[in-house]
Amino acid sequence: MITTYNTVMMKPQDNVAVALSNIAAGALVHVVCQDKTFEIVLKDAIEFGHKFAVVPIKKGEDVLKYGEVIGVASQEIAAGDHVHVHNVEGKRGRGDKVEYTKLP
Amino acid sequence: MSTQNFPKFWGYRRPDGRVGVRNHVLILPTITCATQAAKQITELVQGTVSFIHQHGCAQVGVDYEQTFRTYVGMGTNPNVYGVVVLGLGCETHQARSVAGEIAKSGKPVEVVSIQDHGGTLGAIAQGARIAAKMAQDASALMREPIDFSELIVGTECGGSDACSGLSANPAVGVVSDMIVDRGGTAILAETTELIGAEHLLANRAVDERVAKRVYEVIEAMENRAIAMGVDIRTGNPSPGNRKGGLTTLEEKSLGAAAKAGTRPLQELIEYAQVPTKKGLVWMDTPGHDIEQLTGMVAGGAQIVLFTSGRGTPTGSPIAPVIKIATNTPMFESMTENMDLNAGTIVDGIESIESVGQRIFAEIGSVASGKLTKAEILKQYDFGIWRIGPTF
Repeated sequence: MITTYNTVMMKPQDNVAVALSNIAAGALVHVVCQDKTFEIVLKDAIEFGHKFAVVPIKKGEDVLKYGEVIGVASQEIAAGDHVHVHNVEGKRGRGDKVEYTKLP
Repeated sequence: MSTQNFPKFWGYRRPDGRVGVRNHVLILPTITCATQAAKQITELVQGTVSFIHQHGCAQVGVDYEQTFRTYVGMGTNPNVYGVVVLGLGCETHQARSVAGEIAKSGKPVEVVSIQDHGGTLGAIAQGARIAAKMAQDASALMREPIDFSELIVGTECGGSDACSGLSANPAVGVVSDMIVDRGGTAILAETTELIGAEHLLANRAVDERVAKRVYEVIEAMENRAIAMGVDIRTGNPSPGNRKGGLTTLEEKSLGAAAKAGTRPLQELIEYAQVPTKKGLVWMDTPGHDIEQLTGMVAGGAQIVLFTSGRGTPTGSPIAPVIKIATNTPMFESMTENMDLNAGTIVDGIESIESVGQRIFAEIGSVASGKLTKAEILKQYDFGIWRIGPTF
């Protein structure tokens, strides 16, 4: 039986797509965005609204959604991996990355 | 329902020429010590509203001014017919000063002070007497047909999920454009939740000066997190946002920016400031839902569109808040809080444009008197964005 999973990929240059239903690990998903199509086996279960990689993303590489940078990969991400706080960091508002000097 | 059903809406014309969609008598406590008495007055007199807060004393400088501007903005919002300004007497934010500013709008304003009226019960009695007269005068006012160009519509998203940027926010973007095209004003806010999307807005600024201000307010907001030595993600996106699939603030911001539609950005205004231009304007507020809502309402927004993925009860004592769900399961589980469902877009059964048309039609109905869910549940939220410590 072929199951069709509902997913959305916002822009062709994105490296992630969003699950629009709960999808089990091991599922084969078909992702389409304009002229690009991907056949991906999900490595993890992906909950409704969560992201998965459509291509491999190297550690330190920008993660793209809406055709824009949403953060940076904090570890190697394979196609089909769940993409979330465990493997992506924000690049903005990072006071923790700045050496903190106490006010006089 | 097509928008043609609402070429105009039915509103209340105020003495200063502005137009209200509600006709409240506001009991305005200028100090936290007076909020309980203010609430008691609203329980005695029909047609009155108030709000609880923690502000009004031992504030200085820009923080004092921002709170003052917010109080005055709540009183002058055209949804308010008249105001009873209730003070304690000894506080920093003097009731008389606030009332003096509100009086410039030409609406009825009276001052009651707990210390001058022999304590709590005397002040409640005096405030209720004044409010009762105002409430009857207000009720004699008739609504009249008003053009959409006289509307200031606030836009907001709270309790976002990954659907916010796919369904409800783009639909609100359609509405923002519709309001702007009819000569009205749409407020974009939540500066925190535009970090990472600022270049998209700056590119739409009407001139270099506005574009520069976009980068300035973003930098100032981002620097607050940096000055605290923390990753902003520890507070935003919130745990609920993350559970909903939002990973970083930049991702949340790109979805939030969809509320701004596609029209040029006319100006960047201060928190609780009344827009000086028509069209799309950006108010500098934090992402905190209630502080943002309060800023926009104090800035004169008569109606607020509020999208939510996780679901929220948020409302204002004086402005109807139309709550729009980003996904169908939440709309169905929190039906007493949510007014409209944009989850139909994610379900693949309705277009973004069509949901935008539905929201616009609802604005016409609500502006003419239809109650929102938050109004029915008396969800009277209020919170001022504090920018300095208390002394």
